[in-house]
Amino acid sequence: MKVLVTVKRVIDPYVKVRVKSDGSGVETANVKMTMNPFCEIAVEQAVRMKEAGVVTEILVVSIGAQQCQETLRTAMAMGADRGILVETGDEVQPLAVAKVLKAIVAKESPGLVIMGKQAIDDDCNQSGQMLAGLLGWPQAAFISSIAVNGDTADVTREIDGGLEKLTIKLPAVVTSDLRLNEPRYVTLPNIMKAKKKPLEVIKPDALGVDTAPRLVTLKVQEPPKRGSGVKVADVKELVSKLKTEAKVI
Amino acid sequence: MAILVIAEHDNKLLKPGVTNTIAAATAMGGDITVLVAGHQCGDAAQAAASVAGVSKVLLCDAPHYAGAGAENMAALVLGIADKYTHIVAPATGFGKNFMPRVAAMLDVQQISEISAVEAPDTFVRPIYAGNALATVQSKDKIKVVTVRATGFDAAGAGAAAPVESLAPVADTGLSTFKGRELSKSDRPELTAARIIVSGGRGMGSADNFKILEALADKLGAAVGASRAAVDSGFVPNDYQVGQTGKIVAPELYFAIGISGAIQHLAGMKDSKVIVAINKDPEAPIFSVADYWLVEDLFKAVPELTAEL
Repeated sequence: MKVLVTVKRVIDPYVKVRVKSDGSGVETANVKMTMNPFCEIAVEQAVRMKEAGVVTEILVVSIGAQQCQETLRTAMAMGADRGILVETGDEVQPLAVAKVLKAIVAKESPGLVIMGKQAIDDDCNQSGQMLAGLLGWPQAAFISSIAVNGDTADVTREIDGGLEKLTIKLPAVVTSDLRLNEPRYVTLPNIMKAKKKPLEVIKPDALGVDTAPRLVTLKVQEPPKRGSGVKVADVKELVSKLKTEAKVI
Repeated sequence: MAILVIAEHDNKLLKPGVTNTIAAATAMGGDITVLVAGHQCGDAAQAAASVAGVSKVLLCDAPHYAGAGAENMAALVLGIADKYTHIVAPATGFGKNFMPRVAAMLDVQQISEISAVEAPDTFVRPIYAGNALATVQSKDKIKVVTVRATGFDAAGAGAAAPVESLAPVADTGLSTFKGRELSKSDRPELTAARIIVSGGRGMGSADNFKILEALADKLGAAVGASRAAVDSGFVPNDYQVGQTGKIVAPELYFAIGISGAIQHLAGMKDSKVIVAINKDPEAPIFSVADYWLVEDLFKAVPELTAEL
């Protein structure tokens, strides 16, 4: 079975983002970029499934600027076989992402698509579910386990208050939650090997997809700051403050 | 304008967050219809009919809506979508699952997790784990929106809306619901709790969470955790408070042994009062705390439990 995995290049989640002074967005110039953590989990899952003999080929796809090639190379160093970059300098919102991926699915016919559940930049949590909807495929969002059995897969989903088990028909789209796996570190020999793996660059136009944004960002602001707090000396003082000052207990 | 709110429920009652979602719909302005889909969920439909601002409830009762699976929920909503200008659901595991599917099938760009309504087509939503707030305007003919409950005060009781039944759509058969394993707990749910006691990596082990549970039980509080504590295997993922877990805003939040990573702050910084206990005087959590105590949690927490 061929698997399609997607990766997004985002600001490193450990970097403190700064809102631009003109309110047009957040500062991305000279900021450390990395693979979205949930996409990393998605790649790892595909690689483990290949190592287990369930998957024969891993195609990794990214959409965005030319630098996304680095993100694709990282995925290939983890074990993906080849990459496609849909190159654009424009903002691509989740619906457009899903449309681009649908066009690639039509060409590549994967048996399974694995995506991250959410990108940590726009925090939308949409693309996987949207792709499943556009394809008319089953979906399993926020999975913590997957086992393929012929033309179905048993999945466990993280839901509020616990876990949910589903059996879905394949082909399907699944999105990774935190506990699906722990991604491996890439090794130098694998980074070298990844440089030789095929990477195709195409434009959204070539896929016949309109990626124009539907949402207009009017402004981006800093969130309101919390008032400065008080350091308490001991537990007794804390309890007294909570009772008499904050009046919450 | 006509707004469809899709209710999350447990067949008997509405889930926490639904009344906040109805409040958000009221802020958008327009006639509000609530869809209650499930199996043997008539009581939940009655509960929805009594929420202030609701003018009609649609009840769709069929076995294949029992698990609120995305494929069947989306097919059901799609069948009635053209009657509405807005389709709205809570941004919980329930809404996040099927709403983007609905949006894509309607060729609409969803607006995720709004925290404020500026105009019927303009919304505020947190991005980058709440480190920035974006104001976005939708150009789509139908607005598909998920609502962050903590951004809106819950709508109260006050309506007596009629409940109409809605015919189910055929089962898509794409997915089979096999069951749920819900964490059993006598404590309140995280998203509904008045007080939350959360632990982080500093707890050291799953076993050590017992001292937090004792404190929580004394306060009638829910127990939460940072992503680091979940990653370390101390507690299940559904305890997670943060950007990729639950977003909470209780009256009182205890962050214990939590350093205060950006991704955790994103989930709790709208709490009314924040207390942080950490032995590291430089812990970033102190920057959002109202009261902080620099002390070893293994000494402070049992002392706190005894003191209350």
